[in-house]
Amino acid sequence: MAEEKKDTDLWEVFIQPKNGLSHRHCGSIHASDRNMAILAARNVYARRGEGQSIWVVKSKDIVSSDPNEKAENFSADDKIYRHPTFYDVPDDVGHM
Amino acid sequence: MNSDTNNSVNEIPLIEEFQKKIDRDEKIEPKDFMPEAYRKTLIRQIGQHAHSEVVGMLPEGNWITRAPTLKRKLSLLAKVQDEAGHGLYLYCAAETLGKSRLEMTEELLSGKAKYSSIFNYPTPTWADIGAIGWLVDGAAIMNQIPLCRCSYGPYARAMIRICKEESFHQRQGYEIMLTLARGTKDQREMAQRALNRWWWPSVMMFGPSDKDSPNTETSVKWKIKRHTNDELREKFIDAIVPQAKKIGLTIPDKDLKWDKKRNNGLGGYAHGKIDWEEFWKVVKGNGPMNNERISSKKKAWDEGLWVRNAARMHASKNQSTVVAAE
Repeated sequence: MAEEKKDTDLWEVFIQPKNGLSHRHCGSIHASDRNMAILAARNVYARRGEGQSIWVVKSKDIVSSDPNEKAENFSADDKIYRHPTFYDVPDDVGHM
Repeated sequence: MNSDTNNSVNEIPLIEEFQKKIDRDEKIEPKDFMPEAYRKTLIRQIGQHAHSEVVGMLPEGNWITRAPTLKRKLSLLAKVQDEAGHGLYLYCAAETLGKSRLEMTEELLSGKAKYSSIFNYPTPTWADIGAIGWLVDGAAIMNQIPLCRCSYGPYARAMIRICKEESFHQRQGYEIMLTLARGTKDQREMAQRALNRWWWPSVMMFGPSDKDSPNTETSVKWKIKRHTNDELREKFIDAIVPQAKKIGLTIPDKDLKWDKKRNNGLGGYAHGKIDWEEFWKVVKGNGPMNNERISSKKKAWDEGLWVRNAARMHASKNQSTVVAAE
């Protein structure tokens, strides 16, 4: 039987270290379906008690912004009034 | 970004900005601009590194069924499994640069891609497993720690994970050597012979001497490499010599001597002449185990064909069931 000359899907792997923390990206794996993806993610990224829950998502299903559009997407410098230090409060008011 | 020769004129400002970013110690991420030569260098280096991890499973795998105790067998299994994992982290990192996994696999199997020459030496005794962990993993760690700060984000992140796991490997190897060195006369001799076999190949793992390593300068400028081959090699020798003394083994280099002037007066070891002819012979494919390693990989790949096909078939069947159910 001949082999299909292409890779299986690439999946991104996220692990949640423990309750209360978010799932965090830790790498990617190749797998033919979602069950295999979870198995591969476990074998590759969870050999030392790294967490308690694994998410896998097909890399091609992730929609991402262009890093060159950082200024448009993450404007901050022109909106300094969104930061607490923009507001003057007398020192003797104490911590606020 | 598909020119593979010279960078076009309109890329010049981008290249300058790229270099400034690196000089500021910022990371380069997959979707950022990078010069084609940077991309190619990384694909080659990360690919070779991944292949080395994967081929590195073979000399050690050779001893899993014959490990002297259950405890040692478990450790060795865990270590070999780690090497597989390390290979996979690195393949992922290379894939972010646009090289497919299949292409990398094909290049390894066809002999087009290189891997570390160290794995083209045989492991005739259990002591070789000790020597590999202690020396080969020791040298690898020396090489890999600076890579944790490499300018390419995905490579640096893979290296951080690898380095965390790798330290158990060296301790596992040293403990094997220590146990043999404290054992019977035969066991001591076995340990010494393994050290004799692995010493020079380990010292050569850092690559050609600086004067024969023309790519170092660019790699240092791009912060892919942070130290030269000779710097890392000397650091390795300085670390290993006292460890060998501690367990009563002798480094097989009669010219090895302490030189208090080295390292700005802190001292360091001067070593004997390295047989670069042997190094190049093994790199070019004429080492003792080159053919054996590649044919083992080919056999495993060919014999795994039905598994890959079955997984695909299963996936496509399930896919149609899901669609039908919807």
